[in-house]
Amino acid sequence: METNFFEPTLPPVNAVGKPMDRVDGRAKVMGAARYSAEYPVNGLVHGVLKTSDIAKGKITNIDTAAAAKEPGVISILTYQNIPKPAKVPSTLKEEKKWQAAQSYLPMQDAEIHYAGEPVALVVADTLERATQAAALIKVSYQVEKPIDSYHDPKADLFDPQKIQNGKTDGHKVRGNPETAYASAPVKHEATYVHAINHHNPMEPAATTAVWEGSDRLTVYESTQNITMSQGSLANLLGIPRDQIRIITHHLGGGFGCKGSFWPHTILTVLAARAVNRPLRLVLTRPQMYTSVGHREDQEQTLKIGATQEGKLVSMIHEKKSTTSPWDNYAESNSKVVNMLYACPNFSARYELARANVMTSVWMRAPGEAPGSFALESSMDDLAHQLNMDPLQFRLLNYADKDYSDNEKPWSSKSLKECYARGAELFGWSKRNPKPGQTRRGKKLVGMGMATATYPVHSSQGTARVRLFADGHAVVQSGATDLGTGTWTVMTQVGADALGLPPEKVRFELGDTRLPTAPGSGGSQAAGTVSSSIMAAAEDLWKKVIDMAVGDKKSPLYKAKPTDVKVELGRMFLKKNPQKGETLVAALSRSGMTDIEGMAMGKYGSGYEEKHFAAAGGAAGSPEEPGGKNEKGEEKKPSGHSMHSFGAHFCEVEVDPDFGTIRVTRWVGVHGVGQVLNLKTATSQLYGGAIFGIGSALMEETFRDPNYARYTNHNLAEYHIPVNADIPDMKIEFVPEKDPYINALGVKGIGEIGIVGVAAAVANAVYNATGKRMRSLPMTPDKMLQALRTSA
Amino acid sequence: MNNFSYLQATKAKEATGAKRDDKSSAFIAGGTTLIDLMKLNVENHDQLIDVNMLPFKGIEQSNDGLRIGALERMSDVGEHKLIVEQYPAISQSLLLAASAQLRNMASIGGNILQRTRCPYFRDTAFPCNKREPGTGCPAKEGDNRNLAILGTSDACIATSYPGDLSVALIALDAVLTLENAKGKQRRVPISEFYRLPGKTPHIENTLEADELIVAVTVPKAEHARKSLYMKVRDRASYAYALTSAAVGLDVQGGTIRSARVALGGVGAQPWRSKEAEQMLVGKPANESTFRAAAAAAVRGAQPYEHNAFKIEMVQNTLVRALTEVAAKG
Repeated sequence: METNFFEPTLPPVNAVGKPMDRVDGRAKVMGAARYSAEYPVNGLVHGVLKTSDIAKGKITNIDTAAAAKEPGVISILTYQNIPKPAKVPSTLKEEKKWQAAQSYLPMQDAEIHYAGEPVALVVADTLERATQAAALIKVSYQVEKPIDSYHDPKADLFDPQKIQNGKTDGHKVRGNPETAYASAPVKHEATYVHAINHHNPMEPAATTAVWEGSDRLTVYESTQNITMSQGSLANLLGIPRDQIRIITHHLGGGFGCKGSFWPHTILTVLAARAVNRPLRLVLTRPQMYTSVGHREDQEQTLKIGATQEGKLVSMIHEKKSTTSPWDNYAESNSKVVNMLYACPNFSARYELARANVMTSVWMRAPGEAPGSFALESSMDDLAHQLNMDPLQFRLLNYADKDYSDNEKPWSSKSLKECYARGAELFGWSKRNPKPGQTRRGKKLVGMGMATATYPVHSSQGTARVRLFADGHAVVQSGATDLGTGTWTVMTQVGADALGLPPEKVRFELGDTRLPTAPGSGGSQAAGTVSSSIMAAAEDLWKKVIDMAVGDKKSPLYKAKPTDVKVELGRMFLKKNPQKGETLVAALSRSGMTDIEGMAMGKYGSGYEEKHFAAAGGAAGSPEEPGGKNEKGEEKKPSGHSMHSFGAHFCEVEVDPDFGTIRVTRWVGVHGVGQVLNLKTATSQLYGGAIFGIGSALMEETFRDPNYARYTNHNLAEYHIPVNADIPDMKIEFVPEKDPYINALGVKGIGEIGIVGVAAAVANAVYNATGKRMRSLPMTPDKMLQALRTSA
Repeated sequence: MNNFSYLQATKAKEATGAKRDDKSSAFIAGGTTLIDLMKLNVENHDQLIDVNMLPFKGIEQSNDGLRIGALERMSDVGEHKLIVEQYPAISQSLLLAASAQLRNMASIGGNILQRTRCPYFRDTAFPCNKREPGTGCPAKEGDNRNLAILGTSDACIATSYPGDLSVALIALDAVLTLENAKGKQRRVPISEFYRLPGKTPHIENTLEADELIVAVTVPKAEHARKSLYMKVRDRASYAYALTSAAVGLDVQGGTIRSARVALGGVGAQPWRSKEAEQMLVGKPANESTFRAAAAAAVRGAQPYEHNAFKIEMVQNTLVRALTEVAAKG
């Protein structure tokens, strides 16, 4: 066990937390910020994918004659002539080295497994010529009838045992859920349906592959994880990692769809090798629906048993969903159901059906988003059934510890404060508990609420901090910025770590030549990268402290290094804080131009283990020092359960004649540890709620049942909210200190904003109309039908 | 998109004279539908004839009524004082359509010729009788949620015109002025302009290959001044109508003197409902009259798996529109 040089206490902050403007804002509005398809490259040529019209069958002929005659066409690659990867992907998948959500790589043979699967890659001197040549390729197929989803009468539902491609157990049993449910005096059972959703980031996925010799490659890639892209390519191509450079300076959103390695990237890299030219491929908007995953179509059945007093006694969760012909992917909806409330008995199981679709993938709060729709809708129903206020009902079942994980204590949880503040801001006390009572003109008005939560996904990464004697610094970590503010918030973290104003700090990210960082996904980037920067800063502090204590001119001369503390760039004696000086002051006397620190930082359980295990409390807490228990045994740190929590409050208006639902007010209050930047954090939680409102009210990709092909793969017919759909929103944070999760007490906020949103809307709709909407999206046709159904 | 030649016409004859047939060449104004369809390879023209320089402009009121040049832009027409005040349904139908950017580009003539948003028409991977006659209509067993319930045929159930403007125009008895390659003009009531799909869903209107829409005229009438366009959609803006209604009422002493009713989002073409109008004229302007008119409007509607909701929704849309316009007094 490593000894801590510095105590793991939360440091004071100055730049951190402030609503600082984005450091990349000016570059973005000036068009100077380069996205992956925007780098000028000498000799660049353009690739366009030709994709399959059919969902199942076999290619019988590819007629490229007309396409090849088009001016500017350089090459037409098909399964017959595209270079093969160095290793077979399926083997790599087993080795878990190819970090692909989908284990199947298209264009390796004549088989077709899903509509939109790539069948050819055309390379031409311009994008327009490549596009037209691709349109002229005539592919003949031997067509077979596809299976479109788990609804298909020909689909076979099976128990996958494990989901998320083996990463997560499909079965979970805690206590005796069946017995407890059978004997529960109050019961509730309901089935919830979730449409196919697509991520639809503004920036389509793009790859620019530049070979520099036969074994050196640079790829400008729209990826949420450059390290993952680098490793996947290294394994597929059979060349060492360090000879592959991935650059991703800016992303126009991703929401999970750029967090895996997808076929178009390797196909572009292989095609670039075939034509021996730098090659760029940008997916078209329709191709974005069949190239980078989606949130799967699914239904969940949730049974909840409670006592007459309203205490939960059992929850039984089952989910059915569609997966691809090869992979067992399902979002793990049951996790949030298992952990959110105090309930002694729980079980979960999953069923999948194979269909002719590509493998689905994580999408903003995978599992938590649809899982919370089922749970928080059922909770609302139960509250009504028990004649209780929904908020009071949640407080009655408040989980004081994590029942889903060995009853661990929470590292921090401010949910009660979120409920209270949210209720106050929203005016929850004015809600009429009786549904269908409030009207505004012709519209029915209702209020609903739901709980939000998201786990801390433990992670680690490295950073480098370089302080110059003239008082400026460069901070580096190979992170990515989805557009959410990583550039900015890490500048703030670097500023406080070194005691510099933010304008004296330049943060660099998005290049595999920088120290390795995790991707932006699972809400882990902010927590991990900030912790890495702090660890690198500590490494630098130690070096400067060593210099100071050996320097006669320093107020810290001859001090014991471990007696020195650093806060906001100033070193001082712990016992006499007056005595000290800044890092820059000590460095400038040394004659060195600069000094560097580099280290690995952790987020989540790894951080706690490293910094608190020595303290050895029951949960490794500093408040409860370690040592031996009353039986004389060494106390074992069991650790904390780490999650963010929040509360959503929503008002809707429902037009009873048209079934249209519009959100008219929104309040979200969240406890997410140390907020790094109030402005970008608030924006991210607006975004989460808007994303959730989209999923609740309008987002649905329609897959034709006979052709297993999407019909609305464009942004005119796949509806996401427009400004007019979104009311003024209030987002607040409650102050929360969490010393266990990382060096600054930061929890990720990329995903919590969407969790519970659909239920908050559905609960408000119930309050407005007395009708329970259990199928997403809640489009006017479904609402109208519900309004006409008695019961 | 295929390569095409581009001709910028400065005189009407230059444009109409260059047009060979509908397949090989097309006129382009705002291009907001045409470019889309060419990118999708649904339309492949060898030649585009740019008509934007032609003098088909102007928004004027004469004794006959309103005249709108076919090359006026949706936003200019929608925001024009004369139209806002004298023909509110036309203004509303324009301003509730598309997005600000599209409205700034799209012309009135082009809007009238807007083609269907039926997903099977717009994706060449699917069969479609409208795009390729005789290949079939997968919409009947597929994604038909926003397709038509009135005037469809076995060959096609598309809302052939998915937009808003023509619904208001057909309600208010608009007449189109067309001009051909010989410079000859003819006037066609918009109610006779569109064609029902029948067995030939690929023939959508009575426009000849060498004809251009020059202008739209709308007769002056009390029911035009007291008109309204109401649109119901999945999201609050930038969405096609699930259902819509363009109505005009002349009510005197509580009795309806004249009425105009057209429906959008439900018909194989913009759907003028004379049946509804007959139920309104001479009756008191109250809810039971409006309900009876709405019931008459959907008589004979044929829904498919996902669009049966439109039967009720469009009646409610019509009743709401009539109620609101009657309340204006």
